[in-house]
Amino acid sequence: MSEQNTESKFMQNGVVKWVEHRMPIFSFIDHSVGSGYPAPKNLSYWWNFGSLAGLALIIMIVSGIVLAMHYTPHTTLAFDSVERIMRDVNGGWLIRYLHMNGASFFFIAVYIHIFRGLYFGSYKYPRELLWIIGVLILLAMMATAFMGYVLPWGQMSYWGATVITNLFSAVPWVGDAIVTLLWGGFVVDNPTLNRFFSLHYLLPFVILGLVIMHIWALHQFGSNNPSGIDVKGPQDTIPFHPYFTIKDLFGMGVFLLIFCFFVFFAPNYFGEADNYIPADPLATPPHIVPEWYFLPSYAILRAFTNEFILYWPVSWLMTAKLAGVIAMFGSIILLALIPWLDTSKVRSARFRPIYKWFFWIFVLDWIVLGMVGAHPPEGAWVLIGQISTIYYFAHLLVVLPILGIIERPLALPESISASVTGGETKPAE
Amino acid sequence: MMKPTIKTAFAALVTAVAVSAAALGTTPAQAAGAAAKPAAQDWSFKGLFGTFDRAAAQRGYKVYKDVCASCHSMNLIKFRNLQDIGYSEAQTKALAAEYEIQDGPNDDGDMFTRKRTPSDPLPAPFANAKAAAAANNGKAPPDLSLITKARAQGGDSVIKVSMKHPDGFTLGADYVYALLTGYGEPPAGVEVPDGGSYNKYFPGGVIAMANPLVEDAVEYSDGTKATVEQMARDVSVFLAWAAEPELEDRKRLGIKVMLFLLVLTGMLFALKRKIWSDVH
Repeated sequence: MSEQNTESKFMQNGVVKWVEHRMPIFSFIDHSVGSGYPAPKNLSYWWNFGSLAGLALIIMIVSGIVLAMHYTPHTTLAFDSVERIMRDVNGGWLIRYLHMNGASFFFIAVYIHIFRGLYFGSYKYPRELLWIIGVLILLAMMATAFMGYVLPWGQMSYWGATVITNLFSAVPWVGDAIVTLLWGGFVVDNPTLNRFFSLHYLLPFVILGLVIMHIWALHQFGSNNPSGIDVKGPQDTIPFHPYFTIKDLFGMGVFLLIFCFFVFFAPNYFGEADNYIPADPLATPPHIVPEWYFLPSYAILRAFTNEFILYWPVSWLMTAKLAGVIAMFGSIILLALIPWLDTSKVRSARFRPIYKWFFWIFVLDWIVLGMVGAHPPEGAWVLIGQISTIYYFAHLLVVLPILGIIERPLALPESISASVTGGETKPAE
Repeated sequence: MMKPTIKTAFAALVTAVAVSAAALGTTPAQAAGAAAKPAAQDWSFKGLFGTFDRAAAQRGYKVYKDVCASCHSMNLIKFRNLQDIGYSEAQTKALAAEYEIQDGPNDDGDMFTRKRTPSDPLPAPFANAKAAAAANNGKAPPDLSLITKARAQGGDSVIKVSMKHPDGFTLGADYVYALLTGYGEPPAGVEVPDGGSYNKYFPGGVIAMANPLVEDAVEYSDGTKATVEQMARDVSVFLAWAAEPELEDRKRLGIKVMLFLLVLTGMLFALKRKIWSDVH
């Protein structure tokens, strides 16, 4: 507890003192997001996306709990129960559109948050565990979003569930057993819907737990910052409250403006028209496309055909399908190893003249993968998908390790304070 | 420090768009599914302040009732919902009472037939999906409650372009209107099997539904001339309302929410500037 705060009027209040003596919750809050938590003074707006992701998680949990009060997880009733929410439940359309678009905006916030970490080297010592927990959050989000998309039991729900769960059949020996377990039977049916609903309600709280661990790990060393250099003393920091509480609140205002624009004026923008057709196991949609936030992963999965050069080395060992599944999950799990794949000691790309370019190529590659995932695998898209898949892994496994060795970083500023007041940066001797 | 980063990001995005455009140019047309793109019509419910044209929607209900309803159900719509498009409660009662429904069991355990009330759904033409399929060459005509959302990307989204649809969304009502007015002679080389019809807006070109609209198929009570275009237009409005009955409430509330958030965010920005003014 910082000294000035112990003397604050609030802390002198009798009730506050009584509670604080028995459970020091007020000093805990102060140390977490209050004046007792010093944060680097040079954090840019790219640092807003953590709190925005937190806001999105809360929006999802609250709207989801209300939806669950009206939703019926049964194959014959699910679709109509969602439409009942849209038509007959008071404010139901609003709750559902908040939840539908909230998923997309949660991913937008998290993806920007991740790319921010990649640009400014936020994953490097001593924040490796913080980063790994973040990758686990991403994985949990993907599982949650996938299962949530199945619940309205539209055509894309059903066929998406069929395609994705079938991937596990590629696992040697136990594949079919895993798929049977996921389905709760021998096809995607009512037991599948029931267990997905149950897990879809559970996983957000797992995410919440991981988020608490993420923030816990964050507070051990505090935030990284755009210069990537360590905090040297009090002159480099400002109290989290009021400086970053107000900055985060302003960011939330902007985020909500954009989010609400979609909710009210383009609520089905991110969705698929086919999901307004009730699930029909006898009619396969012409193109089964996952939600946009899965498109890069989907492109990596589909890149693995028998002709794909990355498949050749393992073709004697496994099917192209299994290789694709491994690559898809590997593309996310590999992120957790970035703290060790990146051999550079310099955190921020501001002082890494070559990495800066490779970073943006990586972002571009990821966007191209997304576009590939959105299109049927024919014509030029196949080749573009395979090239961008190769590049994705090359960036992580080749570029990052080598760049750290051969790149000559710019001279780092003396301190955060110096960098803010315009410390010169010139190439290192 | 920030400026070059944003510039680079922008350059990257521009390149991405260029790459996608180039890639699209080399993509072969998707199999046989390439259908003509429906023209955008001038609907009153488009845009930030859109509302449904009540008279058109009521005429559209008549088209549905007299033409479409002989094959297509609208199971999600109840007679009471028709108050949304300007019918009075008494009128919905009268419209509902035109049809009967099986109810029960009563206290004696018997099923009985009664007149429909506003809380009952619009009557379906067939008892179940199997009966519908059996009467229609093996394929049940789709329920129309959500058809404008289910056949065109994005519902009435005011943003029309996305990564998945770089050539732009089609409004559901535009598709329905185009389809209903899109029947014609097949071009040379297109085989139309028995029981099918050629429609250039239908994926594949051959649709199982025969041209449903002929001039004066319905008689409008407001004296409007029932041309094919007029009926197609009216029923498109009706179906757009049926799929998104919340549209007017949504847009009205949306404007208020956006204005509130604009003021709030503006004040938060001012406060942020003030609080940060002593940081150097």
